[in-house]
Order: sequence, then structure tokens, then C-alpha cells
Amino acid sequence: MSHEAVLHAHESHGHDDHGHHEHHDTFLTKYVFSQDHKMIAKQFLITGMVWAVLGGLMSVLFRLQLGYPDASFPWLESILGKWAKGGQITPEAYYALVTTHGTVLVFFVLTAGLSGTFANFLIPLQIGARDMASPFMNMLSYWFFLAASIVMMSSLFVETGPFSGGWVAYPPLSALRDASPGSKSGMDLWIISMALFVVSSLLGGLNYIATILNMRTKGMSMTRLPLTIWALFFTAVLGVLSFPVLLSGFILLIFDRNFGTSFYLSDIFVNGVGALSNEGGSAILYQHLFWFLGHPEVYIILLPAMGMVSEIMSVNSRKPIFGYMAMLGSLFAIAVLAFLVWAHHMFVTGLNPFLGSVFVLLTLLIAVPSAIKVFNWLTTLWRGNIRFTPGMLFAIGFVSLFISGGLTGIWLGNAALDIHLHDTYFVIAHFHIVMGVASMFGMFAGVYHWFPKMYGRYLNNSLGYMHFWVTLAGAYMIFWPMHYEGLAGMPRRYFDFSIWESFKQFAELNRFISTVAMIVFAAQLLFIINFFYSIFKGRKVTDPNPWKSNTLEWTTPINPGHGNWPGEIPEVHRWPYDYGKDGVDFIPQDVPVGDHESSH
Amino acid sequence: MSNVTTASTKEAKWWNGGKSPFDVEYGKVMMWYFLMSDAFTFGAFLIAYGTVRFSTNGWPNPNEVFKSYPFAGEGTNAPLVFVSIMTFILIVSSVTMVLAVHAGKMMDKKGVVRNMILTIIGGIAFLSCQAWEWNHLHHEGAWWGMNPFINADGTASSTNFTNFFFTITGFHGFHVFSGVVINIIMLIMTLTNQFEKRGHYLMIEKAGLYWHFVDLVWVFVFTCFYLL
Repeated sequence: MSHEAVLHAHESHGHDDHGHHEHHDTFLTKYVFSQDHKMIAKQFLITGMVWAVLGGLMSVLFRLQLGYPDASFPWLESILGKWAKGGQITPEAYYALVTTHGTVLVFFVLTAGLSGTFANFLIPLQIGARDMASPFMNMLSYWFFLAASIVMMSSLFVETGPFSGGWVAYPPLSALRDASPGSKSGMDLWIISMALFVVSSLLGGLNYIATILNMRTKGMSMTRLPLTIWALFFTAVLGVLSFPVLLSGFILLIFDRNFGTSFYLSDIFVNGVGALSNEGGSAILYQHLFWFLGHPEVYIILLPAMGMVSEIMSVNSRKPIFGYMAMLGSLFAIAVLAFLVWAHHMFVTGLNPFLGSVFVLLTLLIAVPSAIKVFNWLTTLWRGNIRFTPGMLFAIGFVSLFISGGLTGIWLGNAALDIHLHDTYFVIAHFHIVMGVASMFGMFAGVYHWFPKMYGRYLNNSLGYMHFWVTLAGAYMIFWPMHYEGLAGMPRRYFDFSIWESFKQFAELNRFISTVAMIVFAAQLLFIINFFYSIFKGRKVTDPNPWKSNTLEWTTPINPGHGNWPGEIPEVHRWPYDYGKDGVDFIPQDVPVGDHESSH
Repeated sequence: MSNVTTASTKEAKWWNGGKSPFDVEYGKVMMWYFLMSDAFTFGAFLIAYGTVRFSTNGWPNPNEVFKSYPFAGEGTNAPLVFVSIMTFILIVSSVTMVLAVHAGKMMDKKGVVRNMILTIIGGIAFLSCQAWEWNHLHHEGAWWGMNPFINADGTASSTNFTNFFFTITGFHGFHVFSGVVINIIMLIMTLTNQFEKRGHYLMIEKAGLYWHFVDLVWVFVFTCFYLL
């Protein structure tokens, strides 16, 4: 219960010397063993950024192979050593790069980096709380994430290389140690890392839920919560209920790998070994357990971005969000449906066609709440007094990508079409646009928008605009052509397409995609430079509410200390979207409702 | 943690944002959500078990497998007697846990201590029984990847019978072990008057929620492996 004392200490302190209590903190207590939710959020963000750069670099490396399958780059050998003998990436290294890219981007960047950052940062600030329900568990959540990161990182350096069987880790590639070099100790480290990650996400998620339910300030009823908080709430619920199933799946996988069990293995024939002695197991069972997490995971990634985009759009359109209750209802519908559609990843596994049709129906139903959200975002923009800040541009970019990627989701959700499109570049294009790039855009929008609150300085706008336009145009140039390749049947996870006559026509296109990928990757460095430069040298924030926003985080001082508000926590009297009401530009949530004020 | 102040602030409300919207302490909310999450873990295990079992042709008869008890010697035929005793012990430990929580609400430290000790004894007794049963089965040649038993129809049985048995009862046993550790910590905290000082025994209540959950899970595990 020491955090209560700490927070209280700050309170009694804050009255006489505002914000100067930090001089008690040493470097270690302030930056490393911090229990302040804002510092933990920054730890998540920066760790996530490190992983994003590494994961992005991996994609550049394997795109190099796909774009220039015959070329030799001697500098590659000097970086990767035996993984790029003769300047060309080996097939094993290619698969390891693809696998690690997927794992890292899905879990470490877009799960921990996104909800870890913004749930930690925004929940206490926007609901009016001093900190998370349990700051200690919150700190542990970051540490487990860091431990998972370190283990995953170390798997890159083992002799036989990191796991290379795809981020979904299907058996038998993941269950048989001799399936590939990466299935040896690389896979052990992969599972350990993911198990630590599950613990991290559980500790974080429980905290977010308890904080949102229990720690809201006076007057902050559930329907006065900003949509960001609602989205983060559903995200946490999804994580808490779906990650444990993945953990069960991984525990069974560990037994299959190390203790001679047959949960996922049967008497399959292995080249050079003969039939395995296992019997009775089912590789499909793993896929069910994996996708029971795997599909909600898509929404764990997407919902926080949706929530932040709703918030940023309303603030920068100077208009209330259109259809608050509809937004909330559609978030809820998405969260429920997320648990009922996992088998649409498994249409080609021999799934009973009747069962398949049920999953088709449920999958297509997700289009309804998604369309409601898109409609509401567009109507929020409609006739708004739009400020095109970099954050706002990224939010609009998110909506664009969500529409483009969402429409192809309707194709893939149809079992009849999916049998043709499954495991092709069409799928790659779909999920990168709708989940990968869109959520990255949500994350960028969030960073540009809340950076002034995080560091008390602004990010550079010009660099922000350049970053946005290159990334948006580049994302479409990378992934749009992949739809055509996929329709033509070009499969995923192949090392070299140049040996097939039918895919020779795509050689030029692949080179184009690879070139754009490198440019887009380079453009992200603009953001990294901007980010770290602005932390120290950015233009200082002088107005505590620079975006003229209604939510509570802008009622704190420019550099809030541990405990967020130096005095009393403000009381909430209204919903967060009173923009342009009765001719007033904005009315923050802590302003009491006037006598003659109309209801929203 | 450098600026922890004196004990005098402990009584004051650290959260001055008005009344908590739910009249439940946050730790209890967390515990309930954790238990939901853990229910999904066990649910996934048991569904995996069901999937494999019903796609396998035969399965051993539990009455033939679990028919011994300690000190009974070879060839005893007492189907499910021992596991019934184990289950009874665990359920009784839940009763003593309820009594401990009740005593905590009455601020009756002696009652809490007495019932926590009984609960811990119950937990350790259950774990000991499980250890004996595992050991016994292992001596009969059962282990992960090894299944000496035959199906009800006389054919050789799938190793997945033992694989799932040891994995899932082991995972449950791990939960009971964690529960015993938590209960011991609670007992120490009670003995050192930490809850008296706080003015409430909420921690006992939360530990109790966990303990009942572990018992409830055992009912399902027991049904799946010993009865069906």
C-alpha cells in the first residue's frame, strides 16, 4: 500500500512547492524503477520504438531479397555473417526475418508499444486519477515486457538462429526440434519470450480494467468517458480473456517439444526420419487455440488506435464526435464479435463447411460496427473547422487505411473466396493495411497529439508533415500492388519467385515495392529524429491546453508530476465533446453546466 | 520510493476524486477479472482435452486406472475412493476459508488465524495426496508420453490419456501450490497485525476468492478425468 502513501505525500507536498518534489528522486527511481504511469508509458513507447525500428529493418532486409533475388550485396555479409553468405540472404535467414518481423511488430510494437503506452499514459489522466489502481503491478508489467524483449532479442543471436516457422508458430514446424534450424533453441526462447509477454499483458490489462472501473473522478460516469478510454477498456478485456488461451496453447506446445507428448503431433511422415512415434494429436487443435487469441489480437491492436482517432478527430474538427453512443456500441459489438470469428483464419484446414459458413456470417457482421465507426468519423469531419495538425493527418490517414483494408476483409471473410486467396499476397496486403499500417497511424497520431503532454514540448510540424505524406503514399504503394499479386496466386512466405514462369511478370513490381519499402523505412527515421530531438530541444509548450481540448489531461500542469494534479482532482460535469456548443468553441469537462445551457 | 511518509497519512483517503463509482475495492475487481482470465486458461486446456479425447478411438476406464490408495498394497480394487477423499479435503478447505473470511469481517483475528491454518493444512494435504497419486501412477509406468493402461475395449490406449492427465492436474496442482503460498503469506500478515492496523481483512477475502476458484476448477478437472 506504499503507493497510497507516496501519492499522499505528493499531495501534501504539492500545496507548498508545486512540482518541485522531483528532487527527491534519483535517476534510478525516476527513470528505471518508476511507478508513475506517465514514465511507464514512456518506457513502453521507447522500447516499442526500438522494436519498431528493428522489425522495420528486418522487413527491409527480406524485401531486398524479394526485390533483387539474383543480386549480391557484399555489405549484407558483413552485417549478417553466415546468414548472408556471398551477399545474399539465405533461405533460413529469410524465414527467420519474416517470423521475427511478424512477432515483433504484432506483439511488441502494436500491442505493448500501442496499448502499453497509451493505456498507461491516458487512462489516469483522462479519467481523473492520480495513478493506476496498482502502480506496482504496472511497473511489473513493463518489466515483464522488457524481459520478453530481452529474451526475444537474445534468440536472434543463438547459433541456430531465431525461430523461422512464421509468427503463428504452427506445429509441426514449432513442435519438432529438427523441423528447421530455427525450431531448436530459437523456438525455446521464442516461447519463453511470449510467455513473459502474456504475463506482462495480463498485469497491464487487469490494471487498466480496475482503474477505469474504480478510479474515475467524481462526475465521470461511464458515458462521460472519452472514447479513447472506452476503446482501451475493451482492449484490456480482450487481452485478459484471450491471452490465457494462447498461454494454454503454448504450455501444450512446450510439452510436445520437450516431454514427448502428442498434443499437436501425430504419426506424420518426416523426410529422412520416417513416421513419428507420436499418435492422436492434432495440429489443427493448436490453430484453434492460437487463433482464439489471434483474432481478438487484431482488435487489441486496432481498438486503441480507433479510440485515439475518435478523440483526435473531434478535437481537431472542433466538433462533437458524431454518434457517441453508436461509437461506444460499435466498440462493444466489435469486442464481442472478436471472440466469435477465429476460425475464418482456418477455412482451408478442412473445417466443416457448415461451421465455416457460420464463421463467414459472424465475420461479415463485423463490417456493420466497422462501417458505423467509419461513417461517424467522416460525419465528425463533415463541415468541421478542421485543423490539419500532423496528429490529425495521421488520424485521417488511419480512416483511409481502415476503409481500404477493411473492404478486402469482406473478400477474405468469405470462405469461397478465401480458398483461392488464402496464404497469398492478398492476405499480406489486407492485414498490413487494415491492422499494421492503420494501427501504426493511430500510434503516430497519438504520439503527435499527446507529445506536448508527455514531454512539455512540441514535435516539429514540418518533419511531421513530411513523415505523414511519405508514409501514407508509401504504404499504399507498397501494399496496393500486392492485392494484384495475390489475386494472381502469388503465395506468401516464399523465398524466391524468380524460378516460376507465372510470377516472372511480377519481378519489376516486386522491385518497385522493395524500393518504396526502403524509402518509407527511411522516412520513419525522420520521426525518430523528430521525437528524440524534440524531447530535449523542441519548442516549449506555454499553454497548458495547446489543442483547446476538453478532456481532463489538459487540466494538469504542463509538466505534471507524480500524482498528476497538484491540488484536488477536478470534478467532471459534462461529456468530453462539447465543441462549438452554443457558439462556444470548447467547454472542458470540469466546467459546471450553466443555467441556460442546452443539453448536448 | 524515497518519499514515503509517516503512518499518519495511511488513514487518509489518497483518492480525493469523490466517491468510488463502484462500491468494490479495486483489488477485488482485479481478482475477479484475473479469475475470469484463468478460467479461460483452464477452459482452453479442457476443451483441448475434449477435442483430442473424442477424436481418439478408445479411452481407458477411470475406474480401472484410479483404484488404489496408500498403504493398500498390490491389487487393491477401490475405484475412485482415494480421489474422493482428495476432493473432500479440498472442499473442506474451502469451508474453512469461508470461515476465515467471515472471521475477518467480524475483525476476529483469532478466528482468522485458526481457519487460515486449517485451510493451509487442507491445501498441503491435497497436494500430498496428489503427489502420492502421481508417484503411484508413475510406478505403474505412466508418465508424459508413456501410457501402460488399456482402453475399456481391451485395445492399447493413446498416450494422450496420460499426457493430458499429468499436464492438467499438474497445472491445477500448481494453482493449489500458489494458493497455499498466498495463504501462508496472508497468515503471516494476520499474525503480524497488518490487517488489524489497516482496519479490514480484505486481503483474506481476495485470497479466499482465489482459493474457491481453484476448488471450483478441481470439480471440473475431477469430472473430466475421473468420472467421464
